[in-house]
Formats: sequence, structure tokens, C-alpha cells
Amino acid sequence: MAWNLDNDRPIYAQIVERIQLQIVSGIYKPGDKLPSVRELAAVAGVNPNTMQKAFGELERSGLIITQRTSGRIVTENEHMITEIKKELAKEHVERFLEKMRELGFEKKEIMALLESDK
Amino acid sequence: MSSLVECRNVTKCYSNGRPAVYNLNLTLEKGHIIGLLGPNGSGKTTLIKMINGLLKPTNGEVLVNGILPGPETKARISYLPERTYLEAQRTVKDIVDFFGDFYEDFRKDRAYAMLDALHIEPTARLKNLSKGTKEKVQLILVMSRDAELYILDEPIAGVDPAARDYILRTIIANFNPAATLLICTHLISDIESILDEVVFIRDGQITLQTSVENIREQQGKSVDQYFREVFAC
Repeated sequence: MAWNLDNDRPIYAQIVERIQLQIVSGIYKPGDKLPSVRELAAVAGVNPNTMQKAFGELERSGLIITQRTSGRIVTENEHMITEIKKELAKEHVERFLEKMRELGFEKKEIMALLESDK
Repeated sequence: MSSLVECRNVTKCYSNGRPAVYNLNLTLEKGHIIGLLGPNGSGKTTLIKMINGLLKPTNGEVLVNGILPGPETKARISYLPERTYLEAQRTVKDIVDFFGDFYEDFRKDRAYAMLDALHIEPTARLKNLSKGTKEKVQLILVMSRDAELYILDEPIAGVDPAARDYILRTIIANFNPAATLLICTHLISDIESILDEVVFIRDGQITLQTSVENIREQQGKSVDQYFREVFAC
């Protein structure tokens, strides 16, 4: 369906990752209003309770904020968004390095490859 | 808060020996979308018919909102049976009007909006529609009620994948957070993303009732994969 989620991993976790990515990449900007749980559940093709759980997780992390009157917005704390962006980048780098080591590359060789890619 | 459906030690025997449902216990809460999954002949339809009040348990009791199935519970349950009961001669519009007269909670505007989105002509006669389109009409009728409990027995089997997506999206978009939806199907991978709970039934007994996210988390598998494993022949 619309969001191409894997059914063999918890769906709420995948939604969290996806919304995080949309925030750090600027698709949702600081202070932007987010769609309602129901709207987003229908777009994603997931159970509304699952979407609710994902939103709960994002609220706990502080990335999105619930306002009594106007629904949910993206945090205006840009420092936090940058931090999450760095964290995600770190995860990607680690995964990349692991793969490269599996292929038998040493750090120097990896660096050389990255340089030559420019 | 009380549960919506409560089955206590329910047994159903037909005339030919082995019970279809045996000493079954099941509680369904409000506000969930639940998949009732089991192999052929496991007792799914028998269970559904008892919740609907179409069959009486041989032993034990089924309670809906705390009372025995009857006119009051039927007014609150929207049921899509396996087989059609609509007259083939009638037009779609006739049937929408009929449902509007029959059920107090029927929303005609919702029915017409869905018919329109799926390009179904209200003036068409049922007998002239394809199998899949007929199924869409029936599902639209059932989902156009403001019921507390929706029971869908094999709702999407004959419907093409694009319409399936639309139907599932429509179910989510119209879904009342206080209502419960019980879906009985074999097409698990198509619907599992909209479920929050699954009930596995085998030989007339409940073998598992859990959240779908639990299965993904603990087994690292989709519900579809897990079902294939549990019920492997």
C-alpha cells in the first residue's frame, strides 16, 4: 500500500523512522502542522491505533509537540532536529562500514574509495 | 469499560458429530480492527454467525454489549456475510434506499460517495454487475452504517488489488474509534497493515489472541508468515 511498509517489522517503528526522516530532511519544517492521526493512517494504509502509537513515540522524543488547540506540530527546536540528523547519519555510516568490512576492506581502502568517488 | 463481545465456553454442534466450535472463550474490546484467522473448516463462520445471532450456541453463551444476540444487538452490528442475499433484479439505488429504510444508522451520502469513487452506476442492476463489483456494492452497504461492530466475512476475495487498497483506506478513514471491526479472511498479507489484533482459530478453539505488532516484534515475521508456520500442513 501507499507507504510500502514491511510486514515483518513493527509498523509503528517504521512510521517513526519515516516521519523522523521527513522532518530532518525538511519535508516537514520546524513549526509545521502535521496531519491528524486518522488522515495519516488512511494515507499510509495502517491501523489508526498504530499511527497513534508512532505519534506517541515521536512526542516522547520531543520531535513533535501536541498543542491543545491546533493539533500536532514539528518542534521548533532546530538544535534537536540537527542532533537527530547527526544520529541518523552515524547509523548509516556504521551500517556502511560494517558492509565494507564484510567485503574485506580496511579503513584506509574505504577512505581511498570515498575520495575517488568525488 | 465492558467488552463488546464476550464468548463464554461456547460450543456449537451441528447434527453430524464433531462440534464446529468447542468450549470457546473470546473477548473482543471496543476500538480495534481484529483479524479472525484460521484454516478452512476451523469454525470462523460458525463463530461469526453466533455473534450475529444467526445461530444459537449448543452450550455456553455469547454476549454482545452484555446482552444476548437479538434485535437490539443486530441494530448495532453491520454484517457482511460470505454469500450475497440481495435480489439480483434490483438496482444499486433501490438497494441503497432499502438499506436506508431498514437501518437507522445507514448513511446514504457515504454510500453514494463510495459508489462514485469506485465508478459504480447507481442505476445498474445487480445481476448485470461483475462478481467483484457486486462484492464492492455489498461492502459499501455494510461500511455505510454507523455500527458499533462490523463483521466482514471474506470481504475482499473477489475484488481487484487497486479497489482493495481503496476499500481498506475507506475503512480506515470512516472508522469510528469506538467501533470494532472483525475481519475474517485468508488474504492476510493484504489486510494485516490495518489490523491491530489477530485471533487464530483452529478446530473450533482460539489458539492465539495477540497484537499484530507483538508478532512482528517477537517473531520477526509478518502475520502472514507466522500464520503459514502455525497452520503448516
